[in-house]
Order: sequence, then structure tokens, then C-alpha cells
Amino acid sequence: MELLDNLALGFSTALTLQNLAYCLIGCVLGTLIGVLPGLGPIATIAMLLPATYALPPVAALIMLAGIYYGAQYGGSTTAILVNIPGESSSVVTAIDGYQMARRGRAGVALFTAGVGSFFAGCVATLVLAAFAAPLSELAFKFGPAEYFSLMVLGLIGAVVLASGSLIKAIAMIVLGLLLGLVGTDVNSGTARYSFDIPELTDGIGFVAVAMGMFGFAEIMTNLEQKENRETFLDKVSSLWPNKEDFKRMIPPILRGTTIGSLLGVLPGGGAALASFAAYSLEKKTSKYSAEFGKGAIEGVAGPESANNAAAQTSFIPLLTLGIPPNAVMALMVGAMTIHNIQPGPQVMSSNPALFWGLIASMWIGNLMLIVLNLPMIGVWVKLLTIPYKHLYPAILVFCCIGVYTVNNTTFDIYLTAGFGVIGYLFTKLGCEGAPLLLGFVLGPMMEENFRRAMLLARGDFSVFFTRPLSLGLLIAAAVLVVIVTLPAVKKTREEAFVEE
Amino acid sequence: MQIRSQKDFASGLMFVVIGIIFAYVATTYNMGTTAKMGPGFFPFWLGIVLAILGAIVTMGALSKKSEKDQIPKWDWPSVLWVTGSVVLFGVVLADLGLVLSLFVLVFISAMASHEFHWKGTVVNAVILNVIAYVAFVWGLKLQFQVWPSFFTA
Repeated sequence: MELLDNLALGFSTALTLQNLAYCLIGCVLGTLIGVLPGLGPIATIAMLLPATYALPPVAALIMLAGIYYGAQYGGSTTAILVNIPGESSSVVTAIDGYQMARRGRAGVALFTAGVGSFFAGCVATLVLAAFAAPLSELAFKFGPAEYFSLMVLGLIGAVVLASGSLIKAIAMIVLGLLLGLVGTDVNSGTARYSFDIPELTDGIGFVAVAMGMFGFAEIMTNLEQKENRETFLDKVSSLWPNKEDFKRMIPPILRGTTIGSLLGVLPGGGAALASFAAYSLEKKTSKYSAEFGKGAIEGVAGPESANNAAAQTSFIPLLTLGIPPNAVMALMVGAMTIHNIQPGPQVMSSNPALFWGLIASMWIGNLMLIVLNLPMIGVWVKLLTIPYKHLYPAILVFCCIGVYTVNNTTFDIYLTAGFGVIGYLFTKLGCEGAPLLLGFVLGPMMEENFRRAMLLARGDFSVFFTRPLSLGLLIAAAVLVVIVTLPAVKKTREEAFVEE
Repeated sequence: MQIRSQKDFASGLMFVVIGIIFAYVATTYNMGTTAKMGPGFFPFWLGIVLAILGAIVTMGALSKKSEKDQIPKWDWPSVLWVTGSVVLFGVVLADLGLVLSLFVLVFISAMASHEFHWKGTVVNAVILNVIAYVAFVWGLKLQFQVWPSFFTA
């Protein structure tokens, strides 16, 4: 069994003392930011990227991955106890989880979320391990034309599944692609859009973009709202569900895990979308559908399993094809590039210890998280008593230090401040930042593959349509656009996101 | 003609303007041929695409079918305090060193909150300084000017 050998290699990598320590740090940080509303994995990973310079690549990636799936655990705690989603992926958990808490069943809701996440995490790790090898094989058949088409599909998929206006989201992607092109062109050495500012010839640092748009802008938006929370912090009593609860939570956990694993792989998928899909499925199919919104355990079990499964399977396209399916994975591309690892199918063969070590660490991380989140729930609950007025200066401090240490230049601090204001402007105009960040990371890769494909085809544009794989990917992208613009689908899509 | 969606109208115009700027600047770079593209080719066409998308969004904002909305008001004090504190942090970092600069950052940004208290902010700044020192200077050994330059020089 090759898979077993690989997993054995992975576990031997992940179980070293150093890697275990960074896995734990990642999980603790992930839970922390998951619990705290107003601080998401994008800003946190961006903040910590510079700090990973000094680490070996495996340790760095293990830690950053832990932050992402750890946030899925932590987010549910806040959703259940305070009715504020700690993460966007726990928006739907707040609906029924909070109602359970109001009825004195906060402990049971937390237990359900924890166990569901753990089960989903274990399954998703196996899915990741099983599908990674065959997909990498496929990726080796890809030429530049296929890669270009794949990126088109990925970017279109990302906005189709996102909320809000489709055209605006595509425009944000294009804007992101353009911003990604700022800096020296690798082929000709021409400095583009740098306007004789030396710092810009290296390109805009994506830490600055991510932190500005997701850290600073978020703070400014949050400051507009007055704090008003009704909490059930003292009411976490018995964690143990009764027999009836167990019976009712198992099927939703299984369904949530399946949906989450599938949606995580899709471009634009990821934790938030998966939890929405799982919630609507449970609500439609459950025989207790009347209880939804009033504290149905299914409404916690399904989405919480789904978001954790998706958080992990979204690593599949990144690790096998080198294409990030969502903004968090876009940051992981950045993390890999910092450590001179070109994401893509070759990672598995050239760096097997890193590849399988990362996968194995996810299972270990899930084990740590269930311990961190259930017996130690009291610690996290205390964190929720920190008022936002003390929290946001702390976020600013870590952002500023983080962005400064990328290149040890204050220019990046100003750039981040600028992107903060831009990000705030975008929120006011109803434009989403995530597609921009995705485009920003893919911009240079897309141009490179486009130029290479055209060079190989001697300037013939038809190359994208005559190669079957490339054509298939482009057709898939076109079909996606057509589907969302169909009136019937458009309506349900709008309804699905109204709850946000 | 009536602007029904202010958000779409404004963001559409923004896309048009940015697209045109990018495309225009791209014309100053070598375009190359389709087989051997220069640095200007890809950004030029992306800029055009962005401008077209922006135009569609703008027109959509005028259509009778579009939903009415208004651009929400800006909370200028928050924006200015937060952005100002960050920029000032960058300005003073080299001379004042990390510790004092963090005090500047925490204090000025705290002004943005509707519930500013001197005491709480001092405590917060001290705690954050300790964390930053232990984690970044001592733990990760990142290179910083920690104390004011006129002390150490």
C-alpha cells in the first residue's frame, strides 16, 4: 500500500517535537482568532507569514494550516455562546446553536460542534491523502494553455459561489490581477506600474494587501457598530448529550462531512459556503425541520462538520495543482513561495516529507483541537469578555509589526494603511475583497502561462480551444456563468445569501 | 435617467477609471506581438476588460430593474484615527524605537473607540509591548530598533 507508506512518512515528519509544537501553536492561535469576532484567518495568516521566515518550511506550513482549520473550531464557540459568528463559516451555527444555549443546552451544542468537526476533520484528511496522488498525476499532463484555462475556471468559480453581484466580483478579480502585475516583468525586466518608486519594483507585497483589506478595513467597519452582546458565558454546564441527541447528531455529521469535503475542493468553495449548504440541506430534509431556528441539534452538527471538512479539502487544489481555491489558500501560496516552494504537482515528488507531513499534521491537529476546545472551553469563554476597544489596538500592533518585518521597510506599513482605506471604500461600495486577493495572487501566474501558451502556439489564440483539456475547463467556466445568470438560479442564490 | 443604485454607479465608475489608467500606462510599455508578448500586452487588455466590466456595472445602476441603495456614510473619525496611528507608527519607528512607537500606535488608534479611557489604554499598551517584545524581539529574534535611537547611539 503506497498510501500507507506515504502516511507513515507523513506521521514521522509531523510527530517530531518541533512540528508538534508548531502544530499546537497553529491550533491554539486558530482557536483564539476563531473565538474572537472581527479577526479572521486571512488577517492572522498574513500577520504571521513574516514570523515564519525563520522556521523550516514544513513547520511553517503546519502552523499556518492549523490556524485555518483551528478557526473553524473556535468560530462555533462564539456563535453558540454570544450569537456572533466568530468566523464567517459559523454564521449558520449561530442560528440554532445560540437558541440551544438560550434553552440551557450550550454545553451540548459545543460538544456537538466539537465532535462533528473532529469527525469531519479525520475524514477530510483521508480524502486529501487519497485524492492528492491521482490529481497530481493529472496535473503533470497540463501545459501552459491548460493552466491558464484552469485559472480562469478557478477564478470564475470563486465568484460564482460567492455572494453579491457577479459582474462586480469579476471586476474585482480583474483589478486584483492588474495589481498583481505591478513590479518587474520577469520576461523583459521592465518595471511596470512602479512609477519610479523603488519599493514597487518588487511588486506590491501581498501581506500588505491582505492585511490592509482584511485587517484594517475590518477594524474600521467594526468600530462603526456599538457593542451589544447578550451572552451565555456562565451557563456552560453539562457537555454530555443524551442518547436522543447522539441519535440525532450522527446523520447530519455524516452528511455535513460529505458536503464539506466536496465543496472544499471546488474553486471558490471553502468553509463558509460548505456550512451554508449543509444547513440548508439539513433544514430541508430533517423530520424535525419545525425545530430549526429554535435550537435544533442538526443545525449545529451539519454545518460545523461541513466547514471543517471543507477547510481541509480546500488544500487539495493548492497542493496538487498549485491553484488556490479561496483567499486563505492564496495566502498559503504566498507562504510556500516565501520558502521557495513552487506550489503544484511537483511538491509531492520533490518534497514528499513536506507534503505528507502537512497532511498528517492535520489529523494530529484535529486531535489537539478537540482537546483544546472541549475540556478547556472555559479558557476560551473568558477571552470573549475582552472588549473590542482593547482588542483592535492589539490587532493593529501585530499587523504593523508583521508587515514591517516582511522587508524591514516602513514603506510596507504605509502601503498597508493605504489598502486599509481602499478596503473600507470597497465595503462601502459593496465590493468584496476576497476575489481581489485571489486575483492578486494568480495575476503573475496567469500572465506567465498565457504568454507561454501563446509563444508555443506561435500567437494563435485558438490554442485554448483546440486542446481538449483546456477546452473542457473553459466550457466548465462558461457553464458556471450561464447557470448563475439563469433567473431561477439567480433568485435562489440571492435568497441563500440573504441570511448573511 | 436616474441613479438607482448609488453603490453600483460609483463602483462601476471606479472600475472604468482604474481600467483606463492601467490600459493607458500599459501603452507606454512594449506591446510585442501575440506570439512574443511584451510587458504591455496582458495589462493593456486586462485594463480594457476592467473598464468594460465597470461600464456594465454603471449602466446596470441606471436600469429600472436594479435595486435602490445608497452608499452608507463614512465613519471618518475611525478611518482617520486608525489610518493615522498606523502611518505615524511607520514614521516614528526608526527614531523612537519599537517600544515607544507601540505606545503611539495604541494610544492614537484607541481614540477611534467611542469609549476611550486613559487607564485602560495605558494597561493595554504595556501588555502589548510585553507580548511584542517577548514574541518578536526575544522569541523570533526579529531585527528591530527597540529603544529610541538617541538612547542607544
